[in-house]
Amino acid sequence: MTDATDGPVKIDRAQQFITALPYARALGMRIDELGEGVAVVSMPFADHLVGDPHSGVIHGGVVSALMDTCCGAAVLSHPSVRSSTATLDLRIDYMRAAKPGQRLSARAECYHITRSVAFVRAVTTDEDSENPVASATGAFTIEAPRHG
Amino acid sequence: MADRNEPLSQIKSRRDAALQALVAGVPFIRWLGIHFDRRGNELTAVLPFDEKLIGNPMLPALHGGATAAFLEIAAIIELSWTASWADVEEGRLIPDPTDPSSMPRLPKTVDMTVDYLRSGLPRDAYARARVVRSGRRYASVQVEAWQDDRARPIAQATGHFVMPKNG
Repeated sequence: MTDATDGPVKIDRAQQFITALPYARALGMRIDELGEGVAVVSMPFADHLVGDPHSGVIHGGVVSALMDTCCGAAVLSHPSVRSSTATLDLRIDYMRAAKPGQRLSARAECYHITRSVAFVRAVTTDEDSENPVASATGAFTIEAPRHG
Repeated sequence: MADRNEPLSQIKSRRDAALQALVAGVPFIRWLGIHFDRRGNELTAVLPFDEKLIGNPMLPALHGGATAAFLEIAAIIELSWTASWADVEEGRLIPDPTDPSSMPRLPKTVDMTVDYLRSGLPRDAYARARVVRSGRRYASVQVEAWQDDRARPIAQATGHFVMPKNG
């Protein structure tokens, strides 16, 4: 994902990458935008993802999976990253309940990168894109490229 | 004060009913296949391995989002369990295992900070949570997950929660 091909080809390849991750596939994640350390990943609502039976609101753990994946994709799309990545830590703030039935969309930005660590922040919204559902900040590893 | 001569089967069924009522109503807990082992009032959350939990198929390793969800669920259930324990034991709450509304509503997560310590193996994972502080409105919970070796946790987290009103 580090070559200089045009946007749609890159998104296609990234989508292949995401559908190769069983957990991201099980949640129905889709890459909507990708490049230069920024990623937008979205996923549909589903009844089996509900965390509060009284309100029908999706579980926070689903939102963290979406943001974790989106942050990882942002790191891998950074021009200087040529290897894989793993989450070191991720803090998530839940600002409001997502509307039941609505699609969730996360946007992550890798805002600083060193040789060993990428610093990322992300925001998730439902179909009301003006009012964030949750935000995240995290640190991700930059694995040393394998030789040979 | 609890009745020392209360039949053991009655004690166990009351406690298991309370746990069941907390967990059974949450679709996402069922979808992940998480269940809870209980020893007295101590809970251990169990996440049985499933192919869909994989996030890195090359290693393979559990998805960080699956681990985070597991920690959050372990923390929420522990918090709700701890907060309602006295009411269940003293008969002020009568849990019905088939009716989640027989127990208080679950706390709401304000924030969770997860540290990933080792990559999760394609095996069962376990988690135990500790309520560090529980007030009328807010609570702080620490939680740790491990797999084969209790001394080598795969992840730990701290979360803050808002307690449900009236309970």
